[in-house]
Amino acid sequence: MVDIAQLQAYGYFTLTILLVIALYGYIYHLYSTKKDADGVDYESYSDMALKDDLGDTPVLPRSDDKEK
Amino acid sequence: MENRPLEYDYSVAKMFMFTTIILGIVGMLIGVILAFQLAFPGVNLILGESLAEYTNFSRLRPLHTDAVIFGFTLSGIFATWYYVGQRVLKVSMAESKFLMALGKIHFWLYLVVVAVVVVSLLAGVTSSKEYAEFEWPIDIAVVVVWVTFGMSIFGLIGIRREKSLYISIWYYIATFLGIAMLYLFNNMAIPTMLGTSAAGESGIGAWYHSVSMYAGTNDALVQWWYGHNAVAFGFTVPIVAMIYYFLPKESGQAIYSYKLSLLSFWGLMFVYLWAGGHHLLYSTVPDWMQTMGSIFSIILILPSWGSAINMLLTMKGEWQQVAASPLIKFMVLGSTFYMFSTLEGPIQAIKSVNAIAHFTDWIVGHVHDGVLGWVGFMIMAALYHMAPRVFKREIYSKSLMAAQFWIQTLGVVLYFTSMWIAGITQGMMWRAHDEFGNLAYSFIDTVTVLHPYYTIRGVGGLLYLVGFLMFAYNIYKTMSARPVEERELQNSSPMGA
Repeated sequence: MVDIAQLQAYGYFTLTILLVIALYGYIYHLYSTKKDADGVDYESYSDMALKDDLGDTPVLPRSDDKEK
Repeated sequence: MENRPLEYDYSVAKMFMFTTIILGIVGMLIGVILAFQLAFPGVNLILGESLAEYTNFSRLRPLHTDAVIFGFTLSGIFATWYYVGQRVLKVSMAESKFLMALGKIHFWLYLVVVAVVVVSLLAGVTSSKEYAEFEWPIDIAVVVVWVTFGMSIFGLIGIRREKSLYISIWYYIATFLGIAMLYLFNNMAIPTMLGTSAAGESGIGAWYHSVSMYAGTNDALVQWWYGHNAVAFGFTVPIVAMIYYFLPKESGQAIYSYKLSLLSFWGLMFVYLWAGGHHLLYSTVPDWMQTMGSIFSIILILPSWGSAINMLLTMKGEWQQVAASPLIKFMVLGSTFYMFSTLEGPIQAIKSVNAIAHFTDWIVGHVHDGVLGWVGFMIMAALYHMAPRVFKREIYSKSLMAAQFWIQTLGVVLYFTSMWIAGITQGMMWRAHDEFGNLAYSFIDTVTVLHPYYTIRGVGGLLYLVGFLMFAYNIYKTMSARPVEERELQNSSPMGA
């Protein structure tokens, strides 16, 4: 008979495996695609700090028509 | 006047810089007094018998912790938010009258709450929960201040020019959400005046008194879920936000790996919330929860070191800057101390180590190498970087800054090494017993042995305070130092001799 503690243990184990897959999946995704959905290389986002004067061009400007 | 080009508006940042320094002095001064009280009990009566109520250790201790956490650190977080937020979102607070007014309301409300907290804690009004001593009326005021902070964050994000949010912004948002959740749940309480005793009395106690909504072990669990995550979302997350902006900016180097910063962010967010149970090892909480607290504490090394290594590698190929600039020194030593304390913490959370470390001074040492070496250094570095940009003047003295760095580093080293020795000695003496199980030492035996280490700790703390006063003086003099040109403010901060 399966008692609640056993169910918890299976649940816990499954969740751990899923989280590990999610974590490694995320790492794989970051390093294989290199770019996000907007086509910007993740690494170029560092420029948001380096070029942060009001007059500097944004890495990816927020255009109003796209935003809505 | 009207044709002036748009500029970032630092008025609110400036106000919070001021409270960072003042509350830092207050909190650290009280800390030094407490350290000497532990070494020399006579200091409890420093102002005489009649005022002993206000000067004894137990009355001052919450003032120290709350002043450095909710005064110094929080002010530093607010000051840097109102600086970094505008810059990485590329939007000026001057563009929105609403946000400007909100920022000022945020500051003044915060100041009022600080004043009420100081008075109430000195008067001995407390809910007796560590780091959550404020009674319910103050808690409600704190929530209002916090909501104002949140509105400022999301308001500024709402009018941004940069589509993506820089990694620091993610960390500031996490600070806001994390503390909001923790503070609300841990401070759930019922005012005693609403209760009725078993004997049928009602309207019990003063109107501002309350009892926690949780009882016994549950209360301890919620308290340490809160307490440990206050470290997470007050001492780690916002400080990482700062270093991810200020180190690249001051050194002119891009973050070593932006991808690693994203990965570490989610790792930290997921893991930290489960580690609080390590404060309750060998207590009455369920065994599995203690084990979970231990395991998650160990896993926590990964995301913590992910951020710290990312910071150190940002300096790759530019290590000469560490030698040349005291400002970079503060940040590089800060991230090194972050690595130290995020390794030390998990070690202490291992059950067998905790059997020796629990309740000893080693824990106090751990907290302080984190807050003095990491939090304090990073906040001071942030303010040093901001000062020339906010006041449009060079930092008053580079050599004073360098002297401060070495004095404070020595202070931190004296602090944590003395507490390591004291803590492990204490832990071993408490456990020592003969073959029949009789304890080998009485409590006073440990006190006698620890006395020299308590004195060294006091001296370490005093050195750190002296350094902090040098910092305050340097910032104060910066306000009247040589004016600087716009081009001098690109990366490394201009400094006078």
